[in-house]
Amino acid sequence: MTEPRISREDVEHVARLSRLELAEAELLRMQAELNNILAYIDKLRSVDTTGVPPTSHAVPLTNVMREDEPRPSFPLADMLANAPEAAGAFFRVPRIIEE
Amino acid sequence: MGGVSETLAALTIDALAAKFRAGEATPSDAARDYLARIEAHDPSIRAFMTVTRDVALAQAAEADARFKAGAPRGPLDGVPIALKDLFCTRGIRTACGSKILEQFVPPYDATTYQRLRGAGAVLLGKLNMDEFAMGSSTENSAYFTTRNPWDLDRVPGGSSGGSSAAVAGALAAATLGTDTGGSIRQPAAFCGVVGLKPTYGRVSRYGMVAFASSLDQAGPFAKTVADTARVLQVIAGADSMDSTAAAVPVPDYLAALGGGVKGLRIGIPREYFIDGMDPEVEQAVRAAVEVLRALGAQTEDVSLPHTEYGLAAYYLIGPAEASSNLARYDGVKYGLRVSGRDLVEMSSKTRAAGFGREVKRRIMLGTYALSAGYYDAYYGQAQRVRTLVARDFKAAFGRVDAIVAPTTPGVAFRIGEKEDPIQMYLNDVFTIPVSLAGLPGISVPAGFTRQGLPIGLQVIGRAYDEAAVLRVAHAYEQATDWHTRKPALEAVSR
Repeated sequence: MTEPRISREDVEHVARLSRLELAEAELLRMQAELNNILAYIDKLRSVDTTGVPPTSHAVPLTNVMREDEPRPSFPLADMLANAPEAAGAFFRVPRIIEE
Repeated sequence: MGGVSETLAALTIDALAAKFRAGEATPSDAARDYLARIEAHDPSIRAFMTVTRDVALAQAAEADARFKAGAPRGPLDGVPIALKDLFCTRGIRTACGSKILEQFVPPYDATTYQRLRGAGAVLLGKLNMDEFAMGSSTENSAYFTTRNPWDLDRVPGGSSGGSSAAVAGALAAATLGTDTGGSIRQPAAFCGVVGLKPTYGRVSRYGMVAFASSLDQAGPFAKTVADTARVLQVIAGADSMDSTAAAVPVPDYLAALGGGVKGLRIGIPREYFIDGMDPEVEQAVRAAVEVLRALGAQTEDVSLPHTEYGLAAYYLIGPAEASSNLARYDGVKYGLRVSGRDLVEMSSKTRAAGFGREVKRRIMLGTYALSAGYYDAYYGQAQRVRTLVARDFKAAFGRVDAIVAPTTPGVAFRIGEKEDPIQMYLNDVFTIPVSLAGLPGISVPAGFTRQGLPIGLQVIGRAYDEAAVLRVAHAYEQATDWHTRKPALEAVSR
């Protein structure tokens, strides 16, 4: 057995970065599954990519520009209609700044 | 309720349009026939998330009026279609297979839906899918699993499994799906229908719920290659709302079908015939190559040496992009909210409750691959391997005009059969390299196993050369009769 690539602490850290609350059982299963997937993905290391540029998009496109002309945007009410909680013209969220 | 052959639902788009023009049937007749079939058969197939009965009947009545006035809009006018439930439809819930979007009612239409509506198509409803298009079977839908019309104990493929099952069951004349690593071609193969993934950039992504933005592409499912060409014609082309929808001229796809394959150079990639693949699939694909040769194509072996690394590269690039795209589901602007003491707790609880296992797994994998210390070893290396995969195709297309291969290494599997994520991912081993390279690919019916399960032939073309892909697929289809076989369905009695 080789050392697992992802430790329990790694899983907890990545879950925090991902804003995912994981229950204990879920955390352990996630650790095992991620280690299995990464073990498979390790085959990429054997590919010699010296001097090979990365591809971020398969079909090369340059920036597409248009005239900067004001156009009507969506009505505020439509944009707020799906909000879990709205107040006036705003999305309402829990307190962010400590008193 | 009689069989499909007695209804307008049996017809191709061209045959249906001919009936409308001749005044032998109206778009309302067609909508009612399809709605009746959905009522009879969808309780067992479960392709639909939402049936938009009232919308369909109203849109069909408008089409009736256009035909009556002698002014139909074109070959799709009055044709009943349905959309994967990730294309935004104004006023119609779009849940993307996820609990996090259970209540989401989009305020606008996807460009593809706007264009289909502009052509007069009639919306029958929204189709089931793997959550956020992550999966190969619809088993990752947070709502239910769609069944394969050829065997109700088997999966229809995924992630666009509702879209493929609806066409196979004649519950819609054509449907739209999306393909990120195979999610159109694999379910088309599993359900014995035609499914086309256009070139990345051929079709607008505006109004499509994003999964992996450098790979996602919308495309049609239909009963025949000609019907597929009809739908592509309407949805293809540049869009001011999506800067990645390229301003490349859209040819007349139907006109391109007639060319045949005589003298065409077709490559057979040796890496697409591997140990462990279903021997009946290999046999069917080799037989299809013989058919193309008999039609006058010049076939030759080609090599795509980095094929075996495609899957691993994809399972870093796709999750990395997904982890970023799905950051928007934070319980603030739309979608589910689970309350918490502060913003971080609220988002973390919302996402824990709203996302399913596979989505969480990919968000975690993507976040890990992008995090400090691992970025170059994982994500950077995957992007460099992506370049090598694309170069393989470029080299092959220096010698041949199209490539044919199996769509999948196996046929539709049983529901619940593939529990292990990697076993599930391996389904897409022949479709992913094409996605990484951004090329167009189609799956066309190419036979059945002894058990009666459909087999798909994949045709791959150069970037923006959907015309060649459709031409090869059409020539093969016209020389065979696999596409005329229909699953035997028993209506659910109520």
